Amino acid sequence: MSEKKTNRRDFLFTATYAVGAVGVGATVWPMIDQMNPDASVKALASTEVDISSVTPGKTITVLWRGKPVFIRRRTQEEITEAKSVKMEELKDPEKDEDRAKNPEWLVMLGVCTHLGCVPLNDKGDYNGWFCPCHGSHYDTSGRIRKGPAPTNMEVPKYEFVNSNTIKIG
Amino acid sequence: MSDHEYIPKSKFGKWFNDRLPLLSLANHLTDYPTPKNLNYWWTFGGILTFCLITQIVTGLVLAMHYIAHADMAFESVEHIMRDVNYGWLIRYIHANGASMFFLAVYIHIFRSLFYGSYKSPREIIWIIGIIIYLLMMAAAFMGYVLPWGQMSFWGATVITNLFSAIPLVGEGIVTWLWGGYSVDNPTLTRFFTLHYLIPFLILGLVVLHIWALHVPGNNNPVGIDIKKPSKDTVPFHPYIVIKDGFALLMFLIVFAFFVFYTPNILGHADNYIEADPLVTPAHIVPEWYLLPFYAILRSVPDKLLGVIAMLSAILILAALPWLDTSKIRSAVFRPLYKQFYWILVADVLILGYVGAMPAEGLYLLIARVATAYYFLHFLVVLPVLGFKEKTLPVPLSITEPILGGSPNLVAAKNDERLKE
Repeated sequence: MSEKKTNRRDFLFTATYAVGAVGVGATVWPMIDQMNPDASVKALASTEVDISSVTPGKTITVLWRGKPVFIRRRTQEEITEAKSVKMEELKDPEKDEDRAKNPEWLVMLGVCTHLGCVPLNDKGDYNGWFCPCHGSHYDTSGRIRKGPAPTNMEVPKYEFVNSNTIKIG
Repeated sequence: MSDHEYIPKSKFGKWFNDRLPLLSLANHLTDYPTPKNLNYWWTFGGILTFCLITQIVTGLVLAMHYIAHADMAFESVEHIMRDVNYGWLIRYIHANGASMFFLAVYIHIFRSLFYGSYKSPREIIWIIGIIIYLLMMAAAFMGYVLPWGQMSFWGATVITNLFSAIPLVGEGIVTWLWGGYSVDNPTLTRFFTLHYLIPFLILGLVVLHIWALHVPGNNNPVGIDIKKPSKDTVPFHPYIVIKDGFALLMFLIVFAFFVFYTPNILGHADNYIEADPLVTPAHIVPEWYLLPFYAILRSVPDKLLGVIAMLSAILILAALPWLDTSKIRSAVFRPLYKQFYWILVADVLILGYVGAMPAEGLYLLIARVATAYYFLHFLVVLPVLGFKEKTLPVPLSITEPILGGSPNLVAAKNDERLKE
């Protein structure tokens, strides 16, 4: 048996392994996918928030998909400060105009992009937010300025239903 | 090993043993030749077995009263503490038992490091041990989440978010782990399931760990290969059984002290506040036994690299049998290694301390130096030491230095010659 020749049996083995692998994959996938967000979790995709009582300089925190969302009515100084920052100074360059469609209202996930803690309002070296867990500093636009977090706080999809209501999601 | 020649005395025993050799196994375990010079650092294997059984038994009882639901978990734990007969005792044993388990496992690991127990031919025992240690950390972490207090919730958030550091698929993995868009009820129920499963996986691995141990037999403080059975060994029963039992009693005094006098000192007060997804506690710290790794995570300013450094700090241990190039096992005969060993112990304790402190200023600097040294020890010091170190002469048997009156081979030989 020095000569190696492909024969019918080799073909059968390969074909069996291939079908077997597909079968195992098809069996295992439901076991893995069952852990992904289920239909009832996905159904809670959007929430409407009344913002009529929020005065300038105030932040409200609402729960959306189990996560806190910060809705801040920014003061004129905060807006000016956020707009005056040069792009070169930012770790994750993003213009303030792109983050707050209506400059008075900043809507973002109140989740530190490092390891998911909730940053504290009006704290830190940049007058924005400060994460107590591992010391990330965010500016008045929620952009990362100092600390281990890699990116700015995320701005979710949202829209103004009317002047007093924001729909998140 | 004498298992193969073992013949049960009774007729029924013989009949049974021929069909399922359980009696041969029991005979192997009692007669198992053990080095006669094992010191008390060797008793932690037995203590750890006790800890595992304790966690399984108390955990089983707690599971009869606990409700794995985000709305009821916190209350059900308080119900256990206040209403269930002896619920407070069982929960305190379980919670402090986790800490005692880690205390024992750290002593067990550092004993291996000192006496070179991880070296050939015991690499597989060592690697199985590292896997057990990893599973212990997973079980402890998930168990800490179950009471659904503030530390539970935010600890779970921070630890699961470690996976988000993985490029491209990280966020998807985190969502998959959570079963939602944040830590919530689906996360709690799966953690409970896995927390229940892992101890039994550990139990299985412990059997393999001991099986692998019984192939070459125990290492010993002198770190030499010995003939078994010989005048260098004693049977496991009664010698080691009694010694392990005595050590276990001493250990239980410490255990009972925590359970009855300071049952909450190792926990965190914030965990008696129910989980609130809107407020992060001001100071998040993991349980004490994870602090050194937490310090390593925080000492790296980059998210992905921090996670990689933390995982490497644990996984590097699995490569230890190959990183340590010295042929001599016991630190007793390695004057330089012995010093580096104690520096490593100090380094890990320092990491644990700064891990509990805020990550800023001097603490951060110390954490960075200690992290760098940790890796330096394994990646540079150990490989180089094997070639550079001038080791002391190793005795030929355990009995020799005792009879010769000196651990020094030449001195012992001279002594014998003088007597002749």
